[in-house]
Amino acid sequence: MTLNLEAVGLRHANGSTALREVSLRIAAGERVAIIGPSGAGKSSLLNLMATGLRPTAGVLEVLDSRPWQLSARQRQRLRARIGLVHQTPPLPPRQRVVTAVLAGRLGDWSLAKSLINLLHPLDVPGARAELAKLDLADKLFAQCQQLSGGQLQRVGIARVLYQRPELLLADEPVSAMDPVLADHTLGILCRHASEHGVTLVASLHAVELALAHFPRVIGLRAGQVVFDLPAGEVGTELLDALYANEQLASPPVPQPAAVPLVVQIPRC
Amino acid sequence: MLKSDVRDPASLPRLLITLLVILLLWPGIRLSELDLGVFFSGESASEMGQFLSGFWPPAHDAEFLDLLAEATLQTLAIATAGMALALLIAVPAGLLASRALSLSALPRGGRPAWWGRLLRWPVRGLMIFLRSVPEVVWALLFVRGVGLGPTAGVLAIAITYSGMLGKVYAEIFESVDQRPAQALMLAGGGRLEAFLYGILPNAAAELLSYTVYRWECAVRASVVMGFVGAGGLGQQIDLSLRMFAGGEVASILITFLVLVLLADLLSRLLRARLT
Repeated sequence: MTLNLEAVGLRHANGSTALREVSLRIAAGERVAIIGPSGAGKSSLLNLMATGLRPTAGVLEVLDSRPWQLSARQRQRLRARIGLVHQTPPLPPRQRVVTAVLAGRLGDWSLAKSLINLLHPLDVPGARAELAKLDLADKLFAQCQQLSGGQLQRVGIARVLYQRPELLLADEPVSAMDPVLADHTLGILCRHASEHGVTLVASLHAVELALAHFPRVIGLRAGQVVFDLPAGEVGTELLDALYANEQLASPPVPQPAAVPLVVQIPRC
Repeated sequence: MLKSDVRDPASLPRLLITLLVILLLWPGIRLSELDLGVFFSGESASEMGQFLSGFWPPAHDAEFLDLLAEATLQTLAIATAGMALALLIAVPAGLLASRALSLSALPRGGRPAWWGRLLRWPVRGLMIFLRSVPEVVWALLFVRGVGLGPTAGVLAIAITYSGMLGKVYAEIFESVDQRPAQALMLAGGGRLEAFLYGILPNAAAELLSYTVYRWECAVRASVVMGFVGAGGLGQQIDLSLRMFAGGEVASILITFLVLVLLADLLSRLLRARLT
């Protein structure tokens, strides 16, 4: 069992409850999408699975160990086997793409190797191969600040692919990409997962993408699991119920005639 | 209606704050016995005028220039060696004291566990101790210990500046974007790796410009310490002042100006390379 959550609750330091009574079992090699309205706790759940947050209630098992009962050193070793694609890629603006990608394996490397790699990239072919999968090989030696938001997200994905984790978590990995690219990128993530037997858990805003790429879909709302079904059984009624409030909360906005029309780029 | 439009609600507080500042400043001026009148009282004015008129032309005979060059090099050497020694202490101390590299802070939104905060205190305390004693005092102490000469100046700068550099380094590490380093630690990376790949790229320019500025300060400090016998330009200016050789003092002051100018240029050059 890659992930086992039993009645897990998460309460933030400010007292707000992010997750309550979440029970989930995800087997090795499964591909699962988490969908739900904004603020449902998708990011919190993924951060919890990545051992970035500590549950305030319940039992959390990741890769057959309980991360919060390990010593700090053992926990770091466990973390090296978990890859998290962050919603906003945490890349220093002046770092080169090649360094940012190679940083994925810092958990496996010795300090000496990391130091040398900082001065002279040790595995340029490896970094290029991961970037090539995402059509970014030409940006290998560019600085991160020269990339667009969508390109940065793909660099963040390339880093996690290079890390070769056993558990791949992705927090809205394609939110800054256009629909075609988002579809393509998710396809790459899923193919990588199935080829290497990696467990993939991704949160997504776009329901169609979740249903198209993932065999299993979990609906999250107000910190609780609403449904946990195969993609084929997720119908419009369930989705309407999941996003109910969001549809209500769109009051008719009076459109002043003089204001120029703002083109809304669809978010995926 | 018009009147209320013109009135600025911030004007009264601003007026009160101005009055308060003047009120607080006045006792300060009295306590420091500042009396600008002395400049204009006949005798001291003429004496100062005489001294200042001796500044022109700056001394430029070959013998003095040789002496000046040697003293300048010595000052630079004191500042540079002192800074190098200070960095040896400041970099590890800054890393230890900074909360940016706390593993226990990861699941707590950037607040280390209580024992983590407790362990950082001795390092902070050491740095406070190192920088709380002015370098001139250290220099006086070392002049007694190791005798007159540049060694005392080097040690004094190393001690005081390691405290200052360490404190500011720790704060710079904390002030840059923490997410890259946290993400790397969350992916299993060690603290030092996370520092090298997550914090250093963002902090490098800031660290560099502060270090070069401190080096500039070290040059000035080594001059001041020359007055207590720690060698360099300071000793030279002390001698020249005692001999009322205004021309020599002027030459030395021009040398200071050039040194600070060079430090400024160096800082600009390095920052331009990094940003």
